[in-house]
Amino acid sequence: MDAYITAMLVFAGFYALMALGLNVIWGLGGMVNLGLVGFFGLGAYASALLTTKLLLPMPLGWAAGAIVAAAAGAGMALIVARLRGDYLAIVTLGFAEVIRLVASNEIWLTNGTDGISNIPGPWRGDLSPQGFNLLFLGLVWSAVAIFFVLLARLSHSPFGRVLRAIREDEDVAAVAGKPVLSFKVRAFAIGAAVLGAAGALYAHYNAYIAPEGFAPLLTIYIVLALTAGGVGSMRGAVLGALFLIALIEGTRFLAAIIPGVSPVQKAALREGAIALTLILLLRFRPQGLIPERTRTKAHA
Amino acid sequence: MADWRDLAQIALNGLFAGSMLMLPAIGFTCIFAVLRYPNFAVAGFATVGAFAGWLANAQFGLPAALALLAAFLAAGAIGLLAEELALKPLRPAGPLTVAIASVALTILLENMVRFAFGNDLRGYDLPILRDWRFDGIRVSPQQVENSLYAGAATASLFALLAFTRLGRAMRAVADNPTLADIKGVDPDRIARVTVFIGAGLAGFGGMLIGLDTSIDPLTGFRVVLSVFAAAVVGGLGSIPGAALGAMVVGVGEELAGVVLEPAYRTVTAFLAILLVLMFRPSGLLGARN
Repeated sequence: MDAYITAMLVFAGFYALMALGLNVIWGLGGMVNLGLVGFFGLGAYASALLTTKLLLPMPLGWAAGAIVAAAAGAGMALIVARLRGDYLAIVTLGFAEVIRLVASNEIWLTNGTDGISNIPGPWRGDLSPQGFNLLFLGLVWSAVAIFFVLLARLSHSPFGRVLRAIREDEDVAAVAGKPVLSFKVRAFAIGAAVLGAAGALYAHYNAYIAPEGFAPLLTIYIVLALTAGGVGSMRGAVLGALFLIALIEGTRFLAAIIPGVSPVQKAALREGAIALTLILLLRFRPQGLIPERTRTKAHA
Repeated sequence: MADWRDLAQIALNGLFAGSMLMLPAIGFTCIFAVLRYPNFAVAGFATVGAFAGWLANAQFGLPAALALLAAFLAAGAIGLLAEELALKPLRPAGPLTVAIASVALTILLENMVRFAFGNDLRGYDLPILRDWRFDGIRVSPQQVENSLYAGAATASLFALLAFTRLGRAMRAVADNPTLADIKGVDPDRIARVTVFIGAGLAGFGGMLIGLDTSIDPLTGFRVVLSVFAAAVVGGLGSIPGAALGAMVVGVGEELAGVVLEPAYRTVTAFLAILLVLMFRPSGLLGARN
């Protein structure tokens, strides 16, 4: 397979993992998370640091990435889940910026804006670059498959039903005797864990991470993927990630054929087009390609 | 080391920093008060204002005061256009959908500016002035001038809200949209005016930030967390609260910049948001939660 296509599909896998994680928090739990790139970054840095500085084996680094992100997610949910959604939007957006600032400034730990390089990858030295790409393609999509099965089961379990009930009407769920805060905190932690795991895998695929890789644009990418696929639907999350990669790469080709614009202008056109696509999707296809299927879908 | 002069210098710098945050924070909170969603596009409006002011000042040679007016008008017009075309149709889907779209809108505006002007830093055409010194305390004339502009804009807004029919209608819609509607206030018109003023103030503030340093497409986004912090600390939806919150956040960030590292000013703003939300979600001057 062509190296370019392989790399794109690996990235689609990262995006699918992130969209699955966001779907637990936003899709099922109804909690907006505009700082999901912060949890992704946290997982990436945790795993990269543990494997390069403490020389832990990679699977332990990946697990640690998920755990650190989950802990941060649980802490954040504890503080703000009781408040209205608009505060959650502000706090999550701020959280991602803080992660980026800390990563840029704690140079002793993270190497600052220079980033961390030489992050190990599984059998990277023994394989050809394309062999490594293919190996990672298998790895990341296996992770997608595992999380997909687990989260789809979760979504149809009593836990998932309570989450949806809370999403639709928190007060009714509370009156029915459900501990709303505990459900929200757990949902946030689970979603953040998937985001962190995605970040950890990304770090070991890319071999290099730096703060600018965790910009708010990536959050918009994933919100777009989930909106395109169908908020609340796990299949939608995966399909949305494929749509996203097609969109990102499609704009690359479109930008390349526009004559007379500088590289900076091309980058601006691409980012702008993706932001515009999200606005248009929210307006014209908010239910996504695979709308969530529930027996009673309430509309607020 | 902790001479009173050091403390006075920190407090003064903090107040200057706060007066830069004040207008975007007021713009953000104004829009929230009337339309009930957090419009994250204030970051984009601030950047648009900064560049419109730069065009007026550095390209067309207008003095800073007139360029600020251009910044206000341009950001207000772009804000209103964006609201009508992009955000307003999403209102029935709920405030969070609008909030998400407003993040996308900020990225869109930022990239429009990047397309037109590139990523280079640009400075305004200003006379170079020597700092004043009072008994060891440094004051830059440009900062004093900027604070006066910020104060004048805030005073005009307060006068508008307190003394005019339009201002009264705006307060009525913010307080109780249904009741205001029954009383014959057109909520759509008030929403448009509020968005124009809110986005305009964000643009005005964006240019003030640029006058203090320089501008690039990320000018607005860089301060956005401090702006939210000012609005949340003051009480989301309260305009006097946003003004007060901006000063609190400005001084707090300055203090933290001395104690910790200057780069962590924004982290302080985030901690301020968390602390307020944990212990007093209605903020300093907010009434409702």
